[in-house]
Amino acid sequence: MRSEHRAKAPFGLKLAAGLGLLFLHLPILLIFLYAFTTEEKSYRFPPPGLTLEWLAVTWGRADVWAALTLSLKVASLATAIALVLGTLCAAAVSRSAFFGREVVSLLVILPIALPGIITGIALRSAFSMADIPFSFFTIVLGHATFCIVVVYNNAVARFRRLSGSLVEASMDLGADGFQTFRYVILPNIGTSLLAGGMLAFALSFDEVIVTTFTAGQQSTLPIWMLQELIRPRQRPVTNVVAMIVVLVTLLPILAAFFLTRDGDSIAGGGK
Amino acid sequence: MAAVAGLSAPSRTTGTTGRLSDLLWRHPRLLLGLLLGPPLAWLGVVYLGSLAVFLSQSIFAIDDFSGLITYEPTLATYRQLFSDANLDIIVRTLSMAAVVTLASIVVAFPIAYYAARYARGGWKALFYLGVMLPLWSSYLVKIYAWKLILAKEGIVTWAFERLHLGWLLDAWLALPVIGGNSLSVSYTGTFLVFVYVWLPFMILPIQAALERVPGSLVEASADLGADPRQTFRHVLLPLALPGIVAGSIFTFSLTLGDYIIPQIIGSSRLFIGQAVYAQQGTAGNIPLAAAFTVVPIVIMAVYLWAARRMGAFNAL
Repeated sequence: MRSEHRAKAPFGLKLAAGLGLLFLHLPILLIFLYAFTTEEKSYRFPPPGLTLEWLAVTWGRADVWAALTLSLKVASLATAIALVLGTLCAAAVSRSAFFGREVVSLLVILPIALPGIITGIALRSAFSMADIPFSFFTIVLGHATFCIVVVYNNAVARFRRLSGSLVEASMDLGADGFQTFRYVILPNIGTSLLAGGMLAFALSFDEVIVTTFTAGQQSTLPIWMLQELIRPRQRPVTNVVAMIVVLVTLLPILAAFFLTRDGDSIAGGGK
Repeated sequence: MAAVAGLSAPSRTTGTTGRLSDLLWRHPRLLLGLLLGPPLAWLGVVYLGSLAVFLSQSIFAIDDFSGLITYEPTLATYRQLFSDANLDIIVRTLSMAAVVTLASIVVAFPIAYYAARYARGGWKALFYLGVMLPLWSSYLVKIYAWKLILAKEGIVTWAFERLHLGWLLDAWLALPVIGGNSLSVSYTGTFLVFVYVWLPFMILPIQAALERVPGSLVEASADLGADPRQTFRHVLLPLALPGIVAGSIFTFSLTLGDYIIPQIIGSSRLFIGQAVYAQQGTAGNIPLAAAFTVVPIVIMAVYLWAARRMGAFNAL
């Protein structure tokens, strides 16, 4: 597209960009090394030795399994709710121009634009005012609140590309509104919903701040991690859990990237 | 012709779904209401409502003797907010947010510029993923990684000693404000982790802004005799500014509200988020917590208004 003899990047720029990327990735790579260290009492570098022992120990830990299962359940349900609400919002905003359209966009973004602690405290006070005991469902509702925005962002971008004449053609050919949605709109926005859903899942799986305020006695995996971070008691197990969390969030992100990469390249743009 | 008519006619008029569909077609407002009803009921009523109720508590105050909230409008809580100790917290948080934002711009710009102008094909995808993966990796794991890195026995100390620069690290830690016993309990540590965690939020908008700068503009500037520094100063920077401002909205606002990073890596002195957390939890002073919360909201409202005037939202 641009001039054929593209100028080469100056060395300084290359160096700065490369170092920047290293800065972004080395810390995460270090997690993988520490998961195999034999050191139990400190964060010593270099590790005195490497072992697979802690993988087995972590595998046998009931509390880690409980936290992981809770996190997966919460993330699945929160994603499902966010998918429905986010798609509804996106459909309304992109299909018609109405008074207060901008307000709806702002409203959807607000739970993630405001610091998590504000959303957390507000929801907590709402739940206690309504006498709802803190439980699995309050965690899910809290997560769904801020997951709507990622589904919404992905869906809105795809709706914008979906030509209105396709819908009209479907109507002309005799499909009613539901058939049009099922056979024309859904296949067109499907991958963007999948991508949005995966990002919502990753977001929920990782969330700790809002969860702190909306959870009762249960601990999700991030809450478990946070307790370990504040008062480290079992460093080797935490190292392994950290590695697992990196792997679990990596897959949906990669999948979302490949689902949306041709077309609107905004998979994660809405975090 | 007849076959087509025969196919389409029945499905339009029979069945409840068909009638419902026709009804919605004739009344677009009804459809809009049905679409927006559920999300607005949750976000608009429950979420905004509880937000408003929480924030409005700041105009009440705690009774010093009973420890209960007195529901009479008063400015006492705001007076308490601007006491010296609390003002310290606000200034500390604001300075940290400002320094973190500036550092993020410096680190992010080369990455964004290279990705926008020089990276092509596979490299482009690699840069994109290279920013996306850290952005979406677990927030706590990222903080944990830095706890490993900055620990006294960790990799930073090791690297400095290997390079025979241990004295430099010690000298840095001996500095009055930014130093401390080890990096993980110093402002320097807090600063590094903030920059690391928010950096992708700065890279993406700058890259989006730079993508829109045509290469020919840079070439034209060179043809007209500008050296690279002048081109950067007078052509690239002004065009990238909306992206930089958009990124700074993220880094600034996220730093203002965070309470986990300074709690885990940093000195024991509080930031706004920690103060809110302490006031609503152990101290049980909801009005003061609400007043503390108003601070970042007001600052960000002003910031957003200024950013809008600079055209930052077109770069998102």
